[in-house]
Amino acid sequence: MSALALKQTSLNAVHRRMGGRMVDFGGWDMPVQYPAGTVEEHLRTRTHAGLFDVSHMGEIDVRGSDAISFVNRLVSNDAAKLVDGQAQYSALTTPEGTVIDDLLVYRFNPEHLLLVVNASTTEKDWDWIKSHHKDERVELQNVSADFCQIAVQGPDALRILQTLTETPLDEIKYYHFREGTVDNVPAIISRTGYTGEDGFEVYAAAGRAEQLWNKILDAGNHGTPEGVLPCGLAARNTLRLESAMALYGHEINETTTLLEANLGWICKLNKGDFIGREQLAKQKEEGIKRRLVGFEMTERGIARDEQEVLISGERIGRVTSGSPAPYLKKNIGMAYVPIAFANEGQQIQIDVRGRAVGAQIVKTPFYKREKQ
Amino acid sequence: MANIPEDLHYSKDHEWIRVEGDVGTIGITDHAQDSLGDVVYVELPKAGDIFAAHEAFGSVESVKAVSEIFTPVGGEIVEANEALQDEPEKVNSDPYDEGWMIRIRMRNPGEVDSLLTAAEYEDFTKAEEE
Repeated sequence: MSALALKQTSLNAVHRRMGGRMVDFGGWDMPVQYPAGTVEEHLRTRTHAGLFDVSHMGEIDVRGSDAISFVNRLVSNDAAKLVDGQAQYSALTTPEGTVIDDLLVYRFNPEHLLLVVNASTTEKDWDWIKSHHKDERVELQNVSADFCQIAVQGPDALRILQTLTETPLDEIKYYHFREGTVDNVPAIISRTGYTGEDGFEVYAAAGRAEQLWNKILDAGNHGTPEGVLPCGLAARNTLRLESAMALYGHEINETTTLLEANLGWICKLNKGDFIGREQLAKQKEEGIKRRLVGFEMTERGIARDEQEVLISGERIGRVTSGSPAPYLKKNIGMAYVPIAFANEGQQIQIDVRGRAVGAQIVKTPFYKREKQ
Repeated sequence: MANIPEDLHYSKDHEWIRVEGDVGTIGITDHAQDSLGDVVYVELPKAGDIFAAHEAFGSVESVKAVSEIFTPVGGEIVEANEALQDEPEKVNSDPYDEGWMIRIRMRNPGEVDSLLTAAEYEDFTKAEEE
């Protein structure tokens, strides 16, 4: 595909019609914000509900009697622990224990898993997965183009989506899913998300995206002060950052290991062999040299991605994500720092375009919703 | 449609200047604030700082990005809009009045003549979008 021909989700025309400001996001033509603006989109998701087109995410279907053992050899979390109807956060790892991608593994039955991967890494992941397929009895299919994925997130998400489905949504536990219908469209309804709020991600046939999008907007009283708001990628980013969730290409990539990124909880070193297990076990034993931390600015200024972290004028690390946090009304970020400095309360400075601005390492997540 | 007041002069960097005697009041245009999105932080110079025409005098930050702001004319800063420290959103809500950024004593008021009129600026923004 040429650099000029951006890929589009099936909601592209809808985004344009709704005034979405379209940008090139990893080769996809996606809305970065709608007319309400990033701050309002972010706040509405925290207080009521936000609607996100995440159809650009990739889906890889794995079927066959060896589905679980095959996937388990490629990912760091233990796919054998999944039950039917459950989803699991996991990672595809290199032999060095660094990250090819983070993903969700959905289990429909012991012989059918679905891997949901990042948009910009879908092709890389697909090639990697295929290249490791040896004699396992599995059939692999890249079904990314078949699906739309629409996320409705926020405290009102359940109530809104419930008006469109007979599936009892309150029975779906966090990180579980059901197959059902939404507005009579066959769908996978998953209680997952990337905002730190309660909510759902709905997977359906790509051709039904517009119908679902419009129905959810209507059901959520879009256009009223407390109604659901469509949200662009900028709000998606600030929401996940307040919740200190990793973004591929920022907190994690092929140069960072899962342990450095605080993702030891998805490294099941005793589950049996998987790619990267040996190096991760070694790193765990020897101890990591640097770690991902969260920080907030203590002086006026906003840290941005890639800026350097200083202590007493010395460059000790780098910001992976930095941004204003609209709900917390602080300027926050995440950065890798040497383990000796990776402690809450540690004073640091961020090199903001030549100006050393004070910051402090704080506990993450920055934001945690109150459980009902 | 972006608001472009008739009585101001405009730069191709999307700043406006209102001239009173040898002092110019400078801010960013409605079109610029709309492109930026929610302004959350404005960094401005101090009184007494000196800038050449088209030099960056500060920056304006939205949630997503940082943009430099350039003075369309050279001179000495008389005053910066301190109110924007606590209410940067005024740049969005009122870019031509309460959202002003600096007042500058122009070294060469003739520099204003090389700037765009409202009509020229409108054409310029239209051409940029195409």
